[in-house]
Amino acid sequence: MNRLTWALADGWTVTRREVTHWTANPGQLVAGLLFPVMVLLLFAYLLGGGIAVPGGDYREFLMPGMFAMTMVFGLEGTFTAIANDVTKGVTDRFRSLPMASSAVVSGRAAADMLTTVLSLTVLIVSGLAVGWSARNGFGDALAAVGLLLWLRFALLWAGIWLGLKIRNPEAVMALQILVWPIGFLSNAITSPATMPGWLGVIADWNPLSSTAAAARELFGNPGWANDTWAAAHALELALAWPLVITAIFAPLSVRAYRNLSR
Amino acid sequence: MPLSVLGALNRRLYGTLYGMTYTIEAHGLVKRYGARAALDGFDLAVPEETVHGLLGPNGAGKTTAVRVLTTLLRPDAGTARVAGFDVTRDGGQVRRRIGLVGQHAALDEALSGRANLEMFGRLSHLRPKAARLRAGELLDRFGLGDTGRKAVKDYSGGMRRRLDLAAGLILSPPVLFLDEPTTGLDPRGRAEVWAAVRALVADGTTVLLTTQYLEEADQLAHRITVVNEGRQVAEGSPEELKKTVGGDRVEVVVHDPADLPAAAALLGPAAETDPDTRRVSAPAPDRMATLSAVVHDLAASGIAADDVAIRRPTLDEVFLHLTRGAA
Repeated sequence: MNRLTWALADGWTVTRREVTHWTANPGQLVAGLLFPVMVLLLFAYLLGGGIAVPGGDYREFLMPGMFAMTMVFGLEGTFTAIANDVTKGVTDRFRSLPMASSAVVSGRAAADMLTTVLSLTVLIVSGLAVGWSARNGFGDALAAVGLLLWLRFALLWAGIWLGLKIRNPEAVMALQILVWPIGFLSNAITSPATMPGWLGVIADWNPLSSTAAAARELFGNPGWANDTWAAAHALELALAWPLVITAIFAPLSVRAYRNLSR
Repeated sequence: MPLSVLGALNRRLYGTLYGMTYTIEAHGLVKRYGARAALDGFDLAVPEETVHGLLGPNGAGKTTAVRVLTTLLRPDAGTARVAGFDVTRDGGQVRRRIGLVGQHAALDEALSGRANLEMFGRLSHLRPKAARLRAGELLDRFGLGDTGRKAVKDYSGGMRRRLDLAAGLILSPPVLFLDEPTTGLDPRGRAEVWAAVRALVADGTTVLLTTQYLEEADQLAHRITVVNEGRQVAEGSPEELKKTVGGDRVEVVVHDPADLPAAAALLGPAAETDPDTRRVSAPAPDRMATLSAVVHDLAASGIAADDVAIRRPTLDEVFLHLTRGAA
């Protein structure tokens, strides 16, 4: 086998480790998959009654927001796993083996994308169960899913960088909590137009909002009338934001990984 | 068995082909973190098929040295060769010939012992079947055969360390680095790890061992390098090192502290007194003759002694002697 096939084989071995975690600890997997469903039910049935979407059903509005929010919350899984491996010495053991060094990162990335697809599938099924549906046909729905995964892929790099930089368990906990405001300071659950001025602007420009709004368009779900530039160019931004995030954090991650040997 | 025989043959070939004298060699290694030098001109030479102890206080640079030698860390200056390959230029070749057992058990806690070994085997580029066989072999060898399916988080400390050791041995590496392999283990766990290391050396592995426990170095290491402030301060066999702090001493513990000056006078001008332990000691070049003379003199002068003995310096004393001055 040559270098490239070894890099792929090693990456797959690291990915399979995550799959083995699922079978070894199914409770944890199920809890992780049900968490977004719980948040969904919370908003759809407990709080949603008090939120009226002009010209549409709140649950129809909510689902794309929940999808996008799940992509952002996936960030926690990435940096927690990376930071754990670094502190436990597992990363050092990997680095002392004759394996392809790229596999440590590519294996993690593939594992997290796999988890995301699983999580998104569960959430889509739950959405269908609470009355949500994709109204623009299969092609557009697939494009929406593509945009969601594109955001998750970009956030992988942010997560890898964070995990390599922030190593102590307390900081990891603090960071897990900090992901929440990023999720809620968006149009995922309600319109930025209902927020105080400057907060609304931040929420409007949150990459999560662009992806959620673009997904609403593609799924044919109602949006919230919002005449800001960011809202009007949701599709373009949903493509551009992840590109920007990747362009920033992929090189930073590679550098942070190299710096482990400094 | 066939694997380890092949490994031994392989190692012999290296030796003859490259005329290699030392399996691990370091010259003038420097590693700086800001203004602090973790390694400051570190030298090391470890002959084939021996256990070499790296001793030093916390922060002396032991772990940094191991990290450089295992290609995990780039030195700022100096060179090092492991199993015949330069650690900075031929990292890949070095990694194929070493095993590393670090300070923490670097294992996936959620996986079983067997799954851990199989994963590391696959990442060491063994075929799936070979990785499976090797995992089984190592589990049996380290007495983990019947616990191989249990998740590592349910292992005891000693079991974890043995599994960690097994993970470092997947490719039957000719060179093994053990960074404080028994830190935090109870005496039984420590004995288990010691037995495993002895068995390895019997099989022809070269081991570099860092430790804070002098007894461990005394028990396991053929030669010892004492490190302080990133540099080698002494090198030799445990016996040689003990001789550097002086030969045998005669030691008297007096019953009544008031007798200390009189006892010291008996032992001659080189006597050292430690009032806290009511102890007086002096060099005993003639061992038994000195001892019987001291016993006789004590009786003659009516000094009551609780204990009189000939004592050989311990490695602890060597260590304190070598690292105290510099610190």
